[in-house]
Amino acid sequence: MRTNSQPAAATEGFPMELDIRNIAKDFGGTAALHGVDLHVASGELVALLGPSGSGKTTLLRIIAGLEFPTRGQVFFGEIDASEKTVQERNVGFVFQHYALFKHMTVADNIAYGLRARPKARRPDEAEIARRVETLLDLVQLGGYGKRYPSQLSGGQRQRVALARALAIEPQVLLLDEPFGALDAKVRKELRRWLRELHDRTGHTTLFVTHDQEEALDLADRVVVMSNGQIEQVGTPEDIYDAPASPFVFDFIGEASRIPVTVKGGVPFIGDRAVSAGSGRRAPDGPATLYVRPENVLVRAGAAGEGIPATVATVHRSGSSRRLGVRIEGVDAVVEAIAPAEGLPLQVGASVAVGLRAPGVFATG
Amino acid sequence: MSDVSAPARLMSDAETDTPARRLRKPPRLPTEESPLVRVSLIGLAVVLLLAFLLLPLVAVFTEAFRQGIDGFVEAVNDPDGIAAIKLTLLVAAISVPANLVFGVAAAWAIAKYEFRGKAFLITLIDLPFSVSPVVAGLVYVILYSTSHGVFGGYLQSHGLQIIFAVPGIVLATIFVTFPFIARELIPLMEEQGTTDEEAALSLGATGLRTFLTVTLPNVKWALLYGVLLCNARAMGEFGAVSVVSGHIRGLTNTMPLHVEILYNEYQFAASFAVASLLAALALVTLGLKSLLELRYADELAAGRRH
Repeated sequence: MRTNSQPAAATEGFPMELDIRNIAKDFGGTAALHGVDLHVASGELVALLGPSGSGKTTLLRIIAGLEFPTRGQVFFGEIDASEKTVQERNVGFVFQHYALFKHMTVADNIAYGLRARPKARRPDEAEIARRVETLLDLVQLGGYGKRYPSQLSGGQRQRVALARALAIEPQVLLLDEPFGALDAKVRKELRRWLRELHDRTGHTTLFVTHDQEEALDLADRVVVMSNGQIEQVGTPEDIYDAPASPFVFDFIGEASRIPVTVKGGVPFIGDRAVSAGSGRRAPDGPATLYVRPENVLVRAGAAGEGIPATVATVHRSGSSRRLGVRIEGVDAVVEAIAPAEGLPLQVGASVAVGLRAPGVFATG
Repeated sequence: MSDVSAPARLMSDAETDTPARRLRKPPRLPTEESPLVRVSLIGLAVVLLLAFLLLPLVAVFTEAFRQGIDGFVEAVNDPDGIAAIKLTLLVAAISVPANLVFGVAAAWAIAKYEFRGKAFLITLIDLPFSVSPVVAGLVYVILYSTSHGVFGGYLQSHGLQIIFAVPGIVLATIFVTFPFIARELIPLMEEQGTTDEEAALSLGATGLRTFLTVTLPNVKWALLYGVLLCNARAMGEFGAVSVVSGHIRGLTNTMPLHVEILYNEYQFAASFAVASLLAALALVTLGLKSLLELRYADELAAGRRH
């Protein structure tokens, strides 16, 4: 695959940009993906985030060449990889349950891809052993080469799987639910470690997860998927602060809903106009306003500026209080966060509510 | 008794002030039977095992060595006996590898791919288990007999002898032993799925390399186990082989057929001598099988842990 006519960025091992064009996939009549477009810059760390059945794993497998799309193309840099086999694509794929070869030692697992190369490109055994050592050190498993996968913990197996995928000097690194099978503590450690590893090696990396915290914490950019479509692509801040759809509002973080009516681009709660911020505008007619609990500002007393409401529930949770606030005139209870001390808030108290950064989307 | 003492133990655990009272007799677990039931069931099983399995086995070896080692050697070392042993080994040497290839191919297709008619293929593989071997033998006679078989004319004109010859015996043996290896592999391969293969392919391995370095090692113990059972059956098969063999002494007699002929001719000592060889084969097979089962169970457990 290494040819002299290719630009430097196209040779193997070098970080590679990735272009997914209108990829669709049908499984026996049911569509798993409907025309997905995505561009991943060279060296970027991108999360595919979505609930199960959203098509995120299918997309990852299509990029790897483990699955072929019904239509659409996958570009690795300038090269159309759509027709290439999984072997030709030279991607590092880390499977959800690692898929380590259990009859081989850790070192043999890592060396597998190098030994599988055609003779002309295969390093000699001494070189393979050297590279295996380097990779073992990279994943902090120096001295574990002679062990078998069954003798390792989940986190260690995960790192072996990563080293094995990196051994083939992949153009792109793809990880399917990389932390899914690990317990919470190990998951957090590995997450940080993977971020550091990525910053050092600079592989263009895509990983699939259903855990929003993981995606927001780890990725440069997050791709939120549902029902075989991309709902939103953006930095973790974009995704959290300015969700582009009701789905993203609900799926990422928490949100309360208030039925509103949009007139002339302005949402109204009852007959009171609300500032909808600078976001997308919903068409006139019935709509739903989404707002995050930390963006609901509660002031004591009905006289103040804001939407009149009454406190419906109060829960102390750690250092703060969670309030359920019933908006007057509409049948909606909005979640809010208030400091533990300060405001004299009891159930039944009249308050004024301000909404920051709400999202308004047409109902239906 | 037990339903009173079990709560009592719970109580004593709960009351931390009073020292835990030692139970005179540990209560019986809900899934345990009373001693009387246990003794009688175990006793029945032991008696049956002794009467129907162990006693006959002992009898075979006693009869075989009734006239001492010399008598045994003499009985086995008869030209027809040697021919029967050679033929049995030859038939096993052809049919076991053949079924090894068929079995692996069939299990691979069934476990790793989705296709139409898969259920039918599985049923077909089980067919030899459900059909009487005699019927299997007869089917081959009807198809390949040179005098009245469906393909008889063609075979006759090309001078090919299948029935009453070694090819027929091999065919019948392959038919009867077909399910052993496939049946052993299918559940294991289905459980393992295709992720390991995908991993190998994504690392750049060719299909063949993946098969040899990942798929086969993953099932090697199950495969050995299947080969062992297949071999035991191939050497011991009587019914189907009896129909197609023609019982030509020194030519188409396998060991089981030879045993029958000797017995029918009242050569009991010789008959039991050859029979004891088959019995010994069975014992060796059982021994190896148990050894594999120990090993195989470990492998399976490891497979689940991943």
